[in-house]
Amino acid sequence: MRYAYFPGCSAESTARDMHQSTLAVARALGIDLVEPKGWTCCGATAGHQTDHFLAVSLPAANMAKVQDLKLDMVVNCAACFNRMKVANHEIAAQPDLRKRVGEALERDYDGSVKVRHFLEVLLDDVGLKAISRALKHPLNGLKVACYYGCLLVRPPKVMKFDDPENPTSLDRLVKAMGGQSLDWPCKVECCGGGLSLSRTDVVVQLSNSILDMASRAGADCIAVSCPLCQINLDLRQQDIHKQTGRNYHIPIVYITQLLGLCLGLRPDALGFRKLMVPASTVLERVAAN
Amino acid sequence: MPLTIKKNRTGPGLKDAVEKMCGAAMALCFQCKKCSSGCPVAKLAKSRPSEIMRQLHLGAGNELLASDLVWTCASCETCSARCPMGIDVAGVIDALRKLALERGAPKPAGNVPLFNRAFLRTVEMFGRSYEMGMVAAYKFGTGKWMDDTEKFPTMLKKGKLALLPPRGADRKTVARIFKQSKQNQGPYA
Repeated sequence: MRYAYFPGCSAESTARDMHQSTLAVARALGIDLVEPKGWTCCGATAGHQTDHFLAVSLPAANMAKVQDLKLDMVVNCAACFNRMKVANHEIAAQPDLRKRVGEALERDYDGSVKVRHFLEVLLDDVGLKAISRALKHPLNGLKVACYYGCLLVRPPKVMKFDDPENPTSLDRLVKAMGGQSLDWPCKVECCGGGLSLSRTDVVVQLSNSILDMASRAGADCIAVSCPLCQINLDLRQQDIHKQTGRNYHIPIVYITQLLGLCLGLRPDALGFRKLMVPASTVLERVAAN
Repeated sequence: MPLTIKKNRTGPGLKDAVEKMCGAAMALCFQCKKCSSGCPVAKLAKSRPSEIMRQLHLGAGNELLASDLVWTCASCETCSARCPMGIDVAGVIDALRKLALERGAPKPAGNVPLFNRAFLRTVEMFGRSYEMGMVAAYKFGTGKWMDDTEKFPTMLKKGKLALLPPRGADRKTVARIFKQSKQNQGPYA
């Protein structure tokens, strides 16, 4: 199994833990990830909120690089994954846009590179059976609230990722790892995303209601697959505590971190120390068996 | 909630311009309000997505660009995903943002356009986003120097913030994209 792996900008800063755990899990499962040389930003939310052409061309520049590698593109950041798929969709459907993008890239790109999320690779290519066989420590009944957020599933027509209102990819993985995936209603609610710095008030309110629901469902931790969801839910627990007095103390872990633990990898190799709310309860539970 | 459309609207109605920009078939909207029901920020903003849609229908002009929903929207796309008529409501909001930038609408709370500019400026310079540079430029512009600063030492210690700008990106291609974007669409700033 060999793929072109697009890390995304946050892999070099706020989401180094996601990047580190993705690489570690891939190595452990025999997945070969190749970084396209000179990869660049997908434009993220700021791109599509500013200019449509920018929002399509920035991802296209990366997919053109991947096309040369003749591999499928694998992305773990939900935001980059979303921008890539939307750009592909629009370029393939609009010949005029394809032409204008091609002029900026100084090469033609037809929108045909297959873009996949790392979760899809885990579930569809590796498979739950193989993952179960590779487990060294099960999650031992750990109660996990699986949180998908917005960008993995929306817009459904383009993303075609799981059920857009009640996705189960993370849940199936958690169950296969011996955890208890919780039934809760906030799987695809929004955490406030890119408004983290500009409208912290909005992010605090939205993240608070998600954390509140996870806490009521009895979650030991929330599993995520998006750097924006992770940082908002993790970092903003301090602000929520300051503003409302509520102290959730719920660790927000990447699914790749959980899987890495179960595969017997060291917590340090999975970036566990980088979490703002320490995941000691998770680590103790998995180590205890 | 009653809707108010000013009789003396500013400039011509925005509906055609929005439709042209995002391709949304706005005539299909029958005000079922599913977009507003699912909108996570509707309760935090003065206006709701279904109201924006109706105002566009009724011929609202530039005054709509000052509506707080335009920049409070978190681009979660729940509205588009749930619209029974398949209208890309989030695309309509993106178009309104673009028009707000082009026509110099008043600065919204939190100055999201400044944040976006600060973010994209680092992408233009380094080929990838550079958080420290973006945060500094945004704080410089808003004067909100102290917000979140108490978290920086821990984040730095944990390696959650990169001190140095990113390296290794294909900056040439990115520079061409930004150049073309500015030529095609007018200045994004």
